[in-house]
Amino acid sequence: MKARVTVKLKPGVLDPQGRAIRQALETLGFTGVEDVRVGKVIELELAEGTPRATVEDMARRLLANTVIETFEVELA
Amino acid sequence: MRSGVVIFPGSNCDRDLMVALELVTGVRPLALWHADPHVPSGLDLIALPGGFSFGDYLRAGAIAARAPVMQAVAAHAARGGLVLGICNGFQVLTEAGLLPGALMRNAGLDFICRDVGLEVVTADSPFTRAFRAGERITIPIAHHDGNYQADEATLERLEQEGRVAFRYLDDVNGSAHRIAGILNEGRNVLGLMPHPERCVEDAHGNTDGRRLFEGLLHALATA
Repeated sequence: MKARVTVKLKPGVLDPQGRAIRQALETLGFTGVEDVRVGKVIELELAEGTPRATVEDMARRLLANTVIETFEVELA
Repeated sequence: MRSGVVIFPGSNCDRDLMVALELVTGVRPLALWHADPHVPSGLDLIALPGGFSFGDYLRAGAIAARAPVMQAVAAHAARGGLVLGICNGFQVLTEAGLLPGALMRNAGLDFICRDVGLEVVTADSPFTRAFRAGERITIPIAHHDGNYQADEATLERLEQEGRVAFRYLDDVNGSAHRIAGILNEGRNVLGLMPHPERCVEDAHGNTDGRRLFEGLLHALATA
């Protein structure tokens, strides 16, 4: 089975990379981009039957830094 | 003073830190290996050096913070032992939960390597006792992820409890409250982005960093 963990910066946490990307998009002529936030997607290949709670534990203890980030877990 | 310097794969300031500690204390520090969950007993100080542990993969300091040696570092800190994290070491301490907050990418996105002016905010710690509160010193920084962030309640608490140890005189990397270094609640754990080990002898052109190590030595001698 697979799991996908999406890690995002918490709302309100300044994202300098997102800001730089927004400026670069503007330079390319894309208007109306009001905000850009950069996160990451971590795909895990897991033993069948791995519970969601285990993946959430992985996210809390390592994959995300919950001081500044939130995460979402999708199982497939 | 007996000290140990942890070496992670990708640490690159471990040798400079060992040289600085030996210069000031007269005792050669022990090299502690990241994969060893035990450290020799009787250490006064465990120091986490700068560098790019585990290639800064995932987040700076994230993998190192889960290395086996960190169990021993946490136990040492819980016993009141001194822990010093410099640059990547500071990032490791926040990732390990031994210090609050997080170090994010510099607000200007650049890697910054230069001397910076700092204010010593408190002299009330074993690390800062050789300075005067409010004193201005110069110590080099060299980092990409030194932008200290924490929630408002945490920042407020750090300020109230006098746990901001060093503050940048100018905004260099976007850090909240211009924080360059903080103490834990027990004041026995310090994390800072600037590199005191890079300014300890005349040949460095500046010896402000030496006083941090001298303060530690005196603190232990009078403990």
